[in-house]
Amino acid sequence: MTTRALDASTQAALADFLLSMADDEFVIGYSDSEWTGIAPILEEDVAISSIAQDELGHARALYELLAGLLDDGRDADAIAYDREPEAYRHAPLLDHGRGDWADTMARRFLYDTADTARLGAIGGGWPPLAELVAKIRREERYHVMHVTLWAERLARAGGDARARFVAALEALAPDAPSVLAAPEGEAALLEAGILVRPMAATVDEWRADVARILGPLGISLALGSGAAPRPTRTTASADFRWLWGEFTSVRRSEVGATW
Amino acid sequence: MVMPGPLRVADPDAIRAVLRGVADPEIPTVSIVDLGMVEDITVTEAGIAVELLPTFVGCPAQQVIRGSVIAALAPFGRPVSAEFTFRVPWTSDRITVQGRERLAATGFAPPAEPADVRCPYCGSERLAMDSAFGPTQCRSLFYCRDCRQPFEAFKPV
Repeated sequence: MTTRALDASTQAALADFLLSMADDEFVIGYSDSEWTGIAPILEEDVAISSIAQDELGHARALYELLAGLLDDGRDADAIAYDREPEAYRHAPLLDHGRGDWADTMARRFLYDTADTARLGAIGGGWPPLAELVAKIRREERYHVMHVTLWAERLARAGGDARARFVAALEALAPDAPSVLAAPEGEAALLEAGILVRPMAATVDEWRADVARILGPLGISLALGSGAAPRPTRTTASADFRWLWGEFTSVRRSEVGATW
Repeated sequence: MVMPGPLRVADPDAIRAVLRGVADPEIPTVSIVDLGMVEDITVTEAGIAVELLPTFVGCPAQQVIRGSVIAALAPFGRPVSAEFTFRVPWTSDRITVQGRERLAATGFAPPAEPADVRCPYCGSERLAMDSAFGPTQCRSLFYCRDCRQPFEAFKPV
């Protein structure tokens, strides 16, 4: 693994971008793992658990890249677990609690489509990230297939299923573009070829993808405009604080232990 | 499993032969060589370096496999490093012909697009995919309408 030297501002921008992506995958992975054992049907219990495991694996690989880049003595686990809730940089879309199955599927739908667009905007400027993204995209394809089937199933079921799914989409829509908020130092990332297009263009692509899937289901969502002010990634809701308490509990129970 | 003596020459072919005895704990009947997980073997004065490819980014078996590789190569009497890399993405078409046969013989359908999956028990194409996600990250759940047997198929990635 050879890496061309990055200047300080590009390195800082990359670290910020890696942390945001890793925290997104980490938080949705833990959030979805809350369904293990209680999902609506057995096959779905297996599926959502497997997807959660994929996301935590992606988060781990991204935290490892970040640990190597920062080289500040923290390993992937230290970055993942040893922060206060306010220091997590996940998108506000993922700051909501698990909710019911319709909420979870609506969140997954908005996140998976946005994440797909984000991964597609990453270029070869920093080979370790480009190599990892090539691998991750092969896995995320299954997540999109899975959630698209659920979107169709819930929307076409009519009645309570459709009403809850549409209500969940509408409730989450204002926060959905937050996944694709332009990172700090976007210009440096573009200059280095780590991003191949600005997030504003990626948001347009994502919005078209969402419309292509939801349009035939008779659902139209207002997803905000690319010109909207950049949402911050530093909210820490009561729901997230509860989740943080859960996912850090083992780590905090015996500081410094290797499990 | 081939047990090399301490004087065995550590050349890549001999190392690969030993690694044919190392399996992924989630698929115990197929070696990591036949799964296409061994990307590179380098022998230098410093020791033996094995480059491995994870089938899935978050595969929880990675540390177990690393440990098995190091233990299996210990008889060569040289320092062994075994590291996972994403330098080359693992894809399901890296599974060897022999690996695909071993998978089918033990009830796993080898990776194929859903329309091309065949029942590993009776060969039928009259199948239903119950779920794209199975008990491990790399497998999907199918049901054979002919022999009425549920089975798992490797995901094509």
